[in-house]
Amino acid sequence: MELLLVFVIGLLYAAGVYLILRRSMVKLLLGIMLLGNGTNILIFLLGTITKGKPPVIDEAYKVFQEIYADPIPQALILTAIVISFGLTSFAIVLLKRVYALVDSDDLDDLNTPEEEDL
Amino acid sequence: MLFTVLTGLITSSLLIPFGKFIKTKWSIVLPFIPVFLFIFYLLQVSSVASGINFVQHISWVPSLGVNFDFRLDGLSLLFALLITGIGSGIFFYGRTYLKGHPYFDRFFGYLLLFMSAMLGVVLANNIITLFIFWELTSISSFFLIGFNNDNKDSRKSAITALSITGIGGFFLLAGLLLLGNIAETFIISELIDRRDIIINHSLYPLFVGLIFLGAFTKSAQFPFHFWLPGAMKAPTPVSAYLHSATMVKAGIYLLARFTPILGNTDFWNYTLMIVGGITMIYAAVHSLFRIDLKGILAYSTISALGILTFLLGLGTKDAIIAASVFILVHALYKATLFMVTGIIDHETHTRDITQLAGLRKVLFPVFIAALLAALSSAGLPLTFGFIGKDLIYEATLHYANNWALWLTILAVATNTALVAAGFMAGVKPFVGKLPTQFEKIHLPYSSMWLPPLILGVLGIVFGCMPGMIGDIFNHRAADSIFGAETEMHLKIWHGFNTVLILSLCTLAAGTLLYLFNKPSAAKLNAVERLNNISPQHIILKLASLVERFSTAYTNNVHDGFLRSYHFKIIVFAELLLAYKLWLSGPIQIDFEKLTPITWYEIAFVLILIGAVYLIVTTKSRLTSVVSTSVIGYCICLIFVFYSAPDLAMTQFTIDTLTTVLFVLVLYKLPGFINFAKKGVQIRDAIVALGFGVIISLIMLKVLYEPTTTEISDFYGENSYLLAKGKNVVNVILVDFRGIDTMFETVVLSIAALGVYSLIKLRLKSSEKE
Amino acid sequence: MKSAILQTASRYLLPILLLFSFFLLLRGHYYPGGGFVGGLVASIAFVLHSFAHGTENTMKILRYKPLSLIPIGLGISALSVVAPMIAGLPPMTGLWFEEPIPVIGMIGSALFFDIGVYLVVIGVVLTILFTISLND
Repeated sequence: MELLLVFVIGLLYAAGVYLILRRSMVKLLLGIMLLGNGTNILIFLLGTITKGKPPVIDEAYKVFQEIYADPIPQALILTAIVISFGLTSFAIVLLKRVYALVDSDDLDDLNTPEEEDL
Repeated sequence: MLFTVLTGLITSSLLIPFGKFIKTKWSIVLPFIPVFLFIFYLLQVSSVASGINFVQHISWVPSLGVNFDFRLDGLSLLFALLITGIGSGIFFYGRTYLKGHPYFDRFFGYLLLFMSAMLGVVLANNIITLFIFWELTSISSFFLIGFNNDNKDSRKSAITALSITGIGGFFLLAGLLLLGNIAETFIISELIDRRDIIINHSLYPLFVGLIFLGAFTKSAQFPFHFWLPGAMKAPTPVSAYLHSATMVKAGIYLLARFTPILGNTDFWNYTLMIVGGITMIYAAVHSLFRIDLKGILAYSTISALGILTFLLGLGTKDAIIAASVFILVHALYKATLFMVTGIIDHETHTRDITQLAGLRKVLFPVFIAALLAALSSAGLPLTFGFIGKDLIYEATLHYANNWALWLTILAVATNTALVAAGFMAGVKPFVGKLPTQFEKIHLPYSSMWLPPLILGVLGIVFGCMPGMIGDIFNHRAADSIFGAETEMHLKIWHGFNTVLILSLCTLAAGTLLYLFNKPSAAKLNAVERLNNISPQHIILKLASLVERFSTAYTNNVHDGFLRSYHFKIIVFAELLLAYKLWLSGPIQIDFEKLTPITWYEIAFVLILIGAVYLIVTTKSRLTSVVSTSVIGYCICLIFVFYSAPDLAMTQFTIDTLTTVLFVLVLYKLPGFINFAKKGVQIRDAIVALGFGVIISLIMLKVLYEPTTTEISDFYGENSYLLAKGKNVVNVILVDFRGIDTMFETVVLSIAALGVYSLIKLRLKSSEKE
Repeated sequence: MKSAILQTASRYLLPILLLFSFFLLLRGHYYPGGGFVGGLVASIAFVLHSFAHGTENTMKILRYKPLSLIPIGLGISALSVVAPMIAGLPPMTGLWFEEPIPVIGMIGSALFFDIGVYLVVIGVVLTILFTISLND
């Protein structure tokens, strides 16, 4: 399964990179989200993945009795997911404002390079 | 001692709110600040002369060895007295010179800042503190040199001065840090004890070279001398202060301070002798061709600095004594001549010596001051300059090598030119017939001509009783530089010997040179033509090349298109990662460790591939958004399969909310338009796939590495015992790493506020809503 | 999206989902759940309601602006961080009641911290979504 996840990570990264190389702002945003998802799985995979053993201590005991999934990547990813929601929502609203202002989704329309810079 | 440094800094900052009072009635307060400091240091003279050194230590960053350490020994005291003493004169003088100037307060703010910085440099006993004040002098002198900021030349000179001294500062910092690390102390007085370790270290030439670069740029040594003539664009009080007693002497101070620590090696001595020698003769000859009074003074200053460097390079006891005296001699007569120049400029509005003549009739006290200074600079017997010159010849004549003759000839040649230059600046404008256009000139306020007159008279007074003056001011300074007792005692009369003959020859030759050398604009132009091969030209060329390169680079790389930035960053990262990956050897996979694949996992991966394909290719926004959420749910499934229930729930809810958000905002917008050409798409696809492949390969490498789980184990074992929680992930979030979570919620709140204000914000009417 | 089925369903779903979210919050220390997930589920409950009945009506049920939940939540978390300092302990030390309380279980400062997180999450999500939908 790890190999499959490695493939998924690569796929998400490739798609994300391809999207952030586009001119559309929406695609840029989707690309960032895909990169974020890829990174989450990457972190998840860095701790060894374990099936069916959540990091929750059994009711009858005070410490773990058998192997359990690594809790640290999970805590990190949980934070990442929530923060990325903040990022995404802000970016979406920003996009909406920009669209209202320039009536376009094209990043190039945001450029007003000064003559002398070119 | 710290308070003397702070006095200037604090008053300087007080000028920001109270500047407008200082401009008018309270301006008389200003000169009394340096006077007060001068008196403070005069009171220290007797104890320092008897060999007591004051030390002050104030902790700043003790863990790094960086502290406000101050130490007052003979050398520091000599410089502190010059800084505050000449400073007092300059403050009185400048107050009248700039009366009514709109930036009067600003000027004195910079000047006070500069004075404090200089005091800090000469008092510092910690090389980091020294460096900080050193840089502060560069910065404050930048403002002083560029004070006439509406003048383009003035701005340019200020920038040149700052860049040259600033680059020197970088080298100095590097050198000082190396030195400090090798000696394992930043305290200057402790460095002396570790001299053996320092001078035998293999990096000795490197850090000494770096320190040299710092000192040479500051003290305008060849080939970095050219910023100093440019700095003459500053108001004359600034030139008088910076170039007689302070700024340029900082480099000399640095060399003198480090002579007992680093000096007396072949590298040290020969470098200083060569650089100082070239500078002194080069600048002295140059000064003869100038027709601008300040130009003459600028080049003769460079030459004098060359002499000082040269003397420190000789390094013998005689040479050190000569240097310690010449510092004082030069400061006295050069400050006088600069202030005289300022008065002439102020009254006649010209500094061209081909036009100035006969001014003694209208500016008599000024003439006296100038004459005394010129005579001191010429080294006439009974002036302090005579003592200085004698000591220089003494030093060169008794240099142990076969070189004594050549060094003496060099010194005589330089001094001859300086005598002539001194007369050109101090005598020529006052003799001859007064041109009619200058007849109406009248004497300025006494506060302008008194300071130069006092300094000029001091040159004679000191010259008449050198023994006492030397004992008081120079003896301990020479000891500090030499690092041992110099048993110095100055005398007016050494008997009729070679040195005296040389002195008189110099005087005679210099006078002849003055009488026969007729500088003119034509000659100056002829000399200027040589500028094409001068170091100034080469360095400025280099600077403009760097500028052109950076402009071209910026225009090419920073083209203003986000995707092209992305492209460059990603390609660069790919190359770097690929190179590192290639270096790290072949990829291995440990099939034993892998968990088995089930049919439902394959199914969700297939769905995921389909969704990714849709996102990349679709022209409909809605499709791409929905596909993104499909990907999110697929990932949610991974979390479900691999025992992360918290993650699964969070991912699920967040994904739902994000989709809602997207739909809310985007459903109105039209579909994607395909802007890119086929070729660009293929290029991007290759780059993107490359990136994906590299990341996957890195992941495979990581998987093969054994993982350490110490921290996870700690959390797992202590989750209930320490935090009374059984869901380890939640315990990490709210207990073990609670502060992180706290700030995470703050970040979320900021995002929400951002969204709220973005929506509520009403832009200009141009916005269509 | 004003369908009768959705309207009726959401009327019952809102309290149930809110209850569920509170359940997730309280048991977060022992079983999967916690402030983040709880807050997100609660927000979804309100969002669902706003889809069916319109955002204005949901705002009426809420009574207060969701924006005001953010400072309250942050305040509760911050309090639970500094509360141990009053007892002379380093900040963030867990303080617990001796006896477990029925249904809820052990109560301690960590739970208050989680409640703060819960409120902040609801406040943030609803602020974002409602300001957008109200200003379209």
